[in-house]
Amino acid sequence: MPVSTSPLGQPIWRRRTTRAQWLQYLAWLAGGSLFLLCWKLISDNTMWVFVEDAGRQGADLISRMTPPEWGYANVLWKPMWDTLNIATLGTALGIIMAFPVAFLAARNTTPHPLIRSAALVVIVSSRSINSLIWAMLLVTILGPGVLAGIIAIALRSIGFVGKLLYEAIEEIHPTPVEAISATGASRMQVMNYGVLPQVMPAFAGISVYRWDINIRESTVLGLVGAGGIGLQLNASINSLAWDQVSVIFVMIFATVLVSEGISARVRHAII
Amino acid sequence: MSEQAEMLAARQQAAHRGEWQRLPLIESPRLRWGIVFGVLVYLVLALASVEVDWERVAEGAGRAVNFLGAFMQPDFVSRYDDIVAGLLESLTMTLTSTVIGVLLAIPVGLGGARNIAPLPIYTACRAIIAVSRTFQEVIIAILFVVMFGFGPFAGMITLAFATIGFMAKLLAEDIEDLDWRQVEAVRATGASWWQTMNHAIQPQVMPRLIGLSMYRLDINFRESSVIGIVGAGGIGATLNTSLSRYEYDTSAAILLVIIAIVLLCEYSSSHVRRWTQ
Repeated sequence: MPVSTSPLGQPIWRRRTTRAQWLQYLAWLAGGSLFLLCWKLISDNTMWVFVEDAGRQGADLISRMTPPEWGYANVLWKPMWDTLNIATLGTALGIIMAFPVAFLAARNTTPHPLIRSAALVVIVSSRSINSLIWAMLLVTILGPGVLAGIIAIALRSIGFVGKLLYEAIEEIHPTPVEAISATGASRMQVMNYGVLPQVMPAFAGISVYRWDINIRESTVLGLVGAGGIGLQLNASINSLAWDQVSVIFVMIFATVLVSEGISARVRHAII
Repeated sequence: MSEQAEMLAARQQAAHRGEWQRLPLIESPRLRWGIVFGVLVYLVLALASVEVDWERVAEGAGRAVNFLGAFMQPDFVSRYDDIVAGLLESLTMTLTSTVIGVLLAIPVGLGGARNIAPLPIYTACRAIIAVSRTFQEVIIAILFVVMFGFGPFAGMITLAFATIGFMAKLLAEDIEDLDWRQVEAVRATGASWWQTMNHAIQPQVMPRLIGLSMYRLDINFRESSVIGIVGAGGIGATLNTSLSRYEYDTSAAILLVIIAIVLLCEYSSSHVRRWTQ
């Protein structure tokens, strides 16, 4: 604790030394300036006339969105089913691919450090590219449709599931593994009886969690042509049918809430 | 109890005979087979409704090869100015939106914690969190682009809004399971509401709050690369343009830059988190 002395010779307690205090001021100053600089860059690229208009535009938007055209919901069941399929099949495909990758990436189960780095590269590149970008790429390659959406979701899920699973594998108890290897079990048997039972609950939990996120993400994939309710959303926005857009929003909101509830209950039951 | 003991004995005997099998993950056989059956039925229904145009896929295979080729030789140079401008916009959007979002998320998070907020405030804050978390950033971006016009300002507001939901939810959960004895101790000294917040609650949640803000910075950058698709500025717009012009080598360059920055963000944020905890 830094203590300085007052002119009368009494010790005064302070929280920081003078140096630390100044350094802190300096850090705040640097952070603040950086923020202002960024703000300036944004404000230079903004048409402020449009921003001033925002209140009126917002009110206009709301007046166009209400009342929702509920009859439109009948058209939406098929796209919604497609969206659910994109999310579910995409998650399934993703976890099938993520499973081996995670075992290759975990420090304690990887066959070789080089393979581990390769697996980590796969995980990182899958994680850093958003599913919408994957969808854009796949739509140019595979053509528009549900298939591109499924693969986009799968590719994005590899990184997420792989990362969380390999962290879970690295945190397992080493004792069961040692016990199994002491019986003379082969490498695969050690994996099967020593490692797998320990990570299975975590794996199930992560998969359900990712499924829930994927439902949310698959609602927008249609904006770039990858199928699902996003296609309908795009069409309604392009034709300025805002009363249909609000029906779609309500449906997305309800679906996401339900899927979140299911995922929370399943994870609660497992863990 | 005796049933369990019987089962254990039976399993031991099976093990002696070399017929041991491990226990299934789900205990009740009816539920287990029910789930298997349900999954099979769903798979059949779902796969039947997926329409694939195989001719189009075969046609696209050539493009896939082109694209992979482009990844081998990314072209940073010919659209250098566009890439730099897009990146700068994305990065500034990321920083400002995270700062604004976190600042706004703190009051919402305090209001969303049941143990310190009264019921009406709690309900209102939880509603904000639910709305902000349910909708994808891209959907919110569409609305804000309509309201605020094209450009990074709409993107910044979008990301800030998404940040509020994310941060406020985690902060509220954190406050809900903090150590209540410290709050009581501070209250017992006659501290006011502000003093309780500042001396009992803030020190307990601060390290995690900083860690989560760094994590959100990372997410915001990743999201800022897609909201450009709907006109909210940033590198996403550049990427979208390059893809629609079939300039795959430029798109590959942009994707590589995004991956590199995300890696850098993740690396530094893990450092910051280790340093604060």
